[in-house]
Amino acid sequence: MHLTFVMGRDDIAHCRPGRAAGTLDAMDTHGHENVIEVTDLRRVYGGGFEAVRGITFSVARGEIFALLGTNGAGKTSTVELLEGLAAPAGGRVRVLGHDPHRERAAVRPRTGVMLQEGGFPAELTVAETARLWAGCTSGARPEAEVLHLVGLTSRAGVRVKQLSGGERRRLDLALALLGDPEVLFLDEPTTGLDAEGRRDTWALVRRLRAAGTTVLLTTHYLEEAEELADRLAILREGRIAACGTPAEVTAGRPARMSFELPDGYFPGDLPPLAGLGVCGHESDGRVVRLRTRDLQRTATAVLTWAERSGVELRALDLRSASLEEAFLGIARNEEVAA
Amino acid sequence: MSTLAPRTVTPALRRLRALARAELTLLGRNRGIVFTALVVPLGLPFSVRPALDQLDLEKRGISVGAAMFTAAVGFAFLFAVYSALVNAYVARREELVLKRLRTGELTDTEILAGTALPAVTLGLAQALVLGVGCAVLLHAGAPRAPYLTLLGLVAGLVLSAALAALTASVTRTVDSGQVTGLPLVFVSMMGSGIMFPTEIMPEKLASVCALLPLSPAIRLVRAGWTGGLSPAEAFGALATALAWTVVAVFAVRRWFRWEPRR
Repeated sequence: MHLTFVMGRDDIAHCRPGRAAGTLDAMDTHGHENVIEVTDLRRVYGGGFEAVRGITFSVARGEIFALLGTNGAGKTSTVELLEGLAAPAGGRVRVLGHDPHRERAAVRPRTGVMLQEGGFPAELTVAETARLWAGCTSGARPEAEVLHLVGLTSRAGVRVKQLSGGERRRLDLALALLGDPEVLFLDEPTTGLDAEGRRDTWALVRRLRAAGTTVLLTTHYLEEAEELADRLAILREGRIAACGTPAEVTAGRPARMSFELPDGYFPGDLPPLAGLGVCGHESDGRVVRLRTRDLQRTATAVLTWAERSGVELRALDLRSASLEEAFLGIARNEEVAA
Repeated sequence: MSTLAPRTVTPALRRLRALARAELTLLGRNRGIVFTALVVPLGLPFSVRPALDQLDLEKRGISVGAAMFTAAVGFAFLFAVYSALVNAYVARREELVLKRLRTGELTDTEILAGTALPAVTLGLAQALVLGVGCAVLLHAGAPRAPYLTLLGLVAGLVLSAALAALTASVTRTVDSGQVTGLPLVFVSMMGSGIMFPTEIMPEKLASVCALLPLSPAIRLVRAGWTGGLSPAEAFGALATALAWTVVAVFAVRRWFRWEPRR
């Protein structure tokens, strides 16, 4: 059987950009520079809890790289090590060629950080907060410019404590952008934003990528990763469970088809499923859910059967293999099918 | 913005200034802190006066004016600087402000120093105003060795800030800061010559109390006013103050917590 994508141990151990595959140097032969290099990274908290258990990946300049995972998978613990807020218990981090913890002064002027939770004095106004941050940032852009970028201009005189959760996220993003960073760390950048605010942020992140900024983001939202990420890693219990482009990660995952049979029809009336690439099915009464490796063949056969039998399939839903499917499969600890 | 900044300002100074400015704004917006910082040091020493009068200080060669000034400076150390900064450090940590600042270009020392700057400046201003007030209103006369007073002020302010950071290391919430700050405030008021001069204590007790963190600073402040401190004694006081500062700075570097416990 031909394998389109297999997560073998080696792939996990060397989750590198496709265009620099197999290259561990900071620069490959085509001049693609790895801006972030993470090797066998570990983080252990005071109580002995091992939050990050040996992960390896790298991010090339200009890439958007997403870290996905359920709560407690180790996303924030990992990002904080990349930001240099703590020293790793083991392994190595390099950001722009430097250790972000020990060589803080070399790295910080070139990175922008958005923490998972604000971190602004409640009693300062938006403008005062931006002025504070601008005073601490070398080569800062005018504060008004970044506030405009995230749509907070009209809120400049408002105290931080009076902002909505979404507005606080946008203020955080504005400050992360003040120094025109080469590398941007965004920890759950759109949590608390409404749908429109989320799309605005996505558009902004895409513009940043177009301008050459490297972005590492964590997110709960699979849609966000699908929209933005050039490559992504799914974390589970402190390890990388899958890594690659969204297409690579979803390859090998089954597509889904579901529909409702009318009265008097049963799943046994359907054409033989095994010959249609179907690799799993379940039904509760009349609702039938199929998982298939060949969505087109399965759908054609089922719809042709329905047409010939004069059956109306209600709530018909066809879904290609998605990141969601991959994510849930990994969360359920399924082996990736080959 | 930044292009208008004079080239002579180093990035570190610019960062300190930005942080101190924000912290000053916050100080001004916290009514409780403003009240404590202004009213307590200005008002309390005068409530101490009746007690001082009873002690018959003049016989021991201590003018009431000098004793009052010393008490006022001690209150400035303990309330305007120490208590206010315990509150500020813990509040900023709980709001995740310290963590956020650490993601930027500020060094750890700059974060602690910039946060302390407004309170320390306020403490210094209080001391100067009180000094002039005591000299004029209580006829304490001019200080005989102002440089000793100045040395004592610097030592006391730096140490108060460092001890505040250390206290904040063992304080979980702003509320518990009211309790964790008490021991130093109490011990200093009683033992460091703030409420009453250590001369009235038994000699053995006085020599132990001379080793308390704020004792050398208070001693220098008062000696600058009244004279009566030999160079060796002044040097000893300075050495004690320096030793406490070194210990406090080391302990802060080792134990200061930048994030809330979760």
